[in-house]
Amino acid sequence: MNFNDTPEEAAYRAQVRAWLEANAPKGGGASDPLGDEAGDLGPARAWQRTKAEAGYACITWPKAWGGGGGAPWQAVIFAQEEARFATPGNPFAIGLGMCVPTILTCGNEADKERFARPAVLGEEIWCQLFSEPSGGSDAAAARTRAVRDGEGWVVNGQKVWTSGAHYSDFGLLLTRTDPDVPKHKGMTMFWIDMRAAGVEVRPIHQMSGATNFNEVYFTDLRLSDAQRVGEVGEGWKVAVVTLMNERLSVGGGASGSSHTRVFQLASDIATLAGPASKDAALREKIADWFVQAEGLKYTTFRTQTALSRGQTPGPENSIAKVVSASLMQDMANAALELEDQFGLLTDPALSPLGASFQQMLLSAPGLRIAGGTDEILRNIIAERVLGLPPDVRLDKDVAFKDIPSGR
Amino acid sequence: MDFDFSDDQKFLKGEARKFLEARCPVSVVRGVLDDPTRSHDAGLWAAVAEQGWLGTAIPEAYGGLGLGRLELCVIAEELGRALAPIPFASTVYMLAEALMLAGTEAQKRAWLPRIAAGEIIGCLATVEKAGALTEAQVQARVEGGKLSGVKMPVTDGQAANLALVLAREAGKVSLFLVDLAAGGVTREALQTLDPTRGAARLTFEGARAERLGEAGEGLSLADAVLDRAAVYLAFEQVGGSDRALEMAKAYALERYAFGRPIGSYQAIKHKLADIYIKTELARSNAYYGAWALDSGAAELPLAAAAARVSASEAFWFAAKENLQTHGGMGFTWAVDCHLFYRRAQQLGLVAGGAKAWKEKLVSQLERRNAA
Repeated sequence: MNFNDTPEEAAYRAQVRAWLEANAPKGGGASDPLGDEAGDLGPARAWQRTKAEAGYACITWPKAWGGGGGAPWQAVIFAQEEARFATPGNPFAIGLGMCVPTILTCGNEADKERFARPAVLGEEIWCQLFSEPSGGSDAAAARTRAVRDGEGWVVNGQKVWTSGAHYSDFGLLLTRTDPDVPKHKGMTMFWIDMRAAGVEVRPIHQMSGATNFNEVYFTDLRLSDAQRVGEVGEGWKVAVVTLMNERLSVGGGASGSSHTRVFQLASDIATLAGPASKDAALREKIADWFVQAEGLKYTTFRTQTALSRGQTPGPENSIAKVVSASLMQDMANAALELEDQFGLLTDPALSPLGASFQQMLLSAPGLRIAGGTDEILRNIIAERVLGLPPDVRLDKDVAFKDIPSGR
Repeated sequence: MDFDFSDDQKFLKGEARKFLEARCPVSVVRGVLDDPTRSHDAGLWAAVAEQGWLGTAIPEAYGGLGLGRLELCVIAEELGRALAPIPFASTVYMLAEALMLAGTEAQKRAWLPRIAAGEIIGCLATVEKAGALTEAQVQARVEGGKLSGVKMPVTDGQAANLALVLAREAGKVSLFLVDLAAGGVTREALQTLDPTRGAARLTFEGARAERLGEAGEGLSLADAVLDRAAVYLAFEQVGGSDRALEMAKAYALERYAFGRPIGSYQAIKHKLADIYIKTELARSNAYYGAWALDSGAAELPLAAAAARVSASEAFWFAAKENLQTHGGMGFTWAVDCHLFYRRAQQLGLVAGGAKAWKEKLVSQLERRNAA
């Protein structure tokens, strides 16, 4: 057990570090934990192309698809080293992490050839069109209809919570093609051109003030049958491939050093019993947060170790988001309590530490929901990690059109 | 990056599990629980000594196996899982570590080989009254090499041959080694929350005491010993949490209510998911503690505190929610839930409670932030 690289890892790290020193842009990075609102994508595209040409974008993908042909441990080391630089935000993550891998697994040869390389090079950006107003956690409840029309299809309906739809070139669209069979059987997946007639993107104004997500409306959107990904009626199987790819990504633990900032705040603030930094209740909370944040950090190290040994990581990393999102919310709330009436202020010039805890408080609810709610993530741990039975369901063997739907 | 145990260490862990499944089934734990005259299982203790586990981290020069602290961590996890009713922590994590940390050559030669051979049971006698261990509560005194005072609760004090005692000499608090067979000591068994890990009141009246470490460094030495013990104990706690979670899962699958397994209700699923989450956080913190301990890192006090806080929380949560999952059956003497419930408190308090460790953790953080 040690934190040092093996000689092979050290050599790779040195190579990567030297390359980054020579090539990484010296600019500001993205800081919004929910993703990049992305005004100007120019710097991000340029950085993606630079990485791709050197084989550092999609390190684990085959070279034939524009990847680096490397191992997962190399991707981990590159990500660690890249994080030391203030590189631009990453609007490609959803495409390269979820959508294009789905095309590569389930799509036809022409689509693989067509889409892989431009995505790796940062020329084309993808979004994932799964969630709908009628089903967030229950993605298989999608109602967006695709109806046969001669050789092609016509799509009508609405998606929601689509990250990056406003700057995406393509989208992976989950549709309902047969409402007369049970829900998981009547779905079909397509790729779409986000700029086609019949696609309308409207930003969602979040409670945090930001607009990371969108609603996407489809009105008589025409698709050719060649845009189908997988067989008719097999859309849910394709969606599961996408969602599995989402869970393969090593990540989480966005809360990193926030407890240090609460400390920093406490050193400067008074309570009725004296300096906040000496407040016993706060000190206990800081200890609790510290062991959670550190526990997540070392859990990630365990996952990385498995990759580095060429093994399949265990399920331990599935705890990351469910822990870090609530941790953030709890820390933000405690920090506001410390600030007392100043906790109400969101003006960075007036509120302690640039109003960062107010911003954290307003972002935290989104983190507890996006990418799987706390509740869904606990179900996943209980069912897939611990092996407990799935919920009893009322929607499994009934035709989709007969499932009670509420509002 | 190699943040995991080696294949050899995992093999040792597997062997330890097999050994303990054979030699320490719940019936052995219950044997101690149900017999007020026993403070541990002597047969299991002898068998563990025969395996060489007592000398896992003791250098070969002093009669140990000279394997290392990581090997001791994997054994600790299995002992915790098995709820082993033996004075392993007192003897190995505390006494042997204290001797290796601060013993003179003569002291090491006198005691370490005998610990490794299973001839010596140790105990740590620091506390005298309720509340966190502070200098103010140390009233025991050493004058002219003779110790007087009362220590309680002393875990394994009934069975021990050699005590590590915190006492004042010439106004300074130091640690002393006291051979409990040499006279001047009265022992009295105490009723405890976890009778599978006995504790005693030790009354010293002129017992011969030999200082361990420097004069006046008793509290800091005790802290250093407890930092080491905290890491091993964290592994025991993680082992206990794992097993409590397995019990809860097994029961949730076999117990039906309203026509379906209770494990299909989200109220139960989410509870068990939360046990898993806390246990994995604890395991990761314990791994970091193991690394700090093994590598002699300056981070050990912080890493040990994090391991202890995280593991105490995990095992307590796992033990109480496992019992809750079992419903009324969990509240009976016959079902094993209460063994875990008791042991979670025993392990959580024996080297100082979570409240004190949280304060240690934050003090260490302040020190680090100031540096």
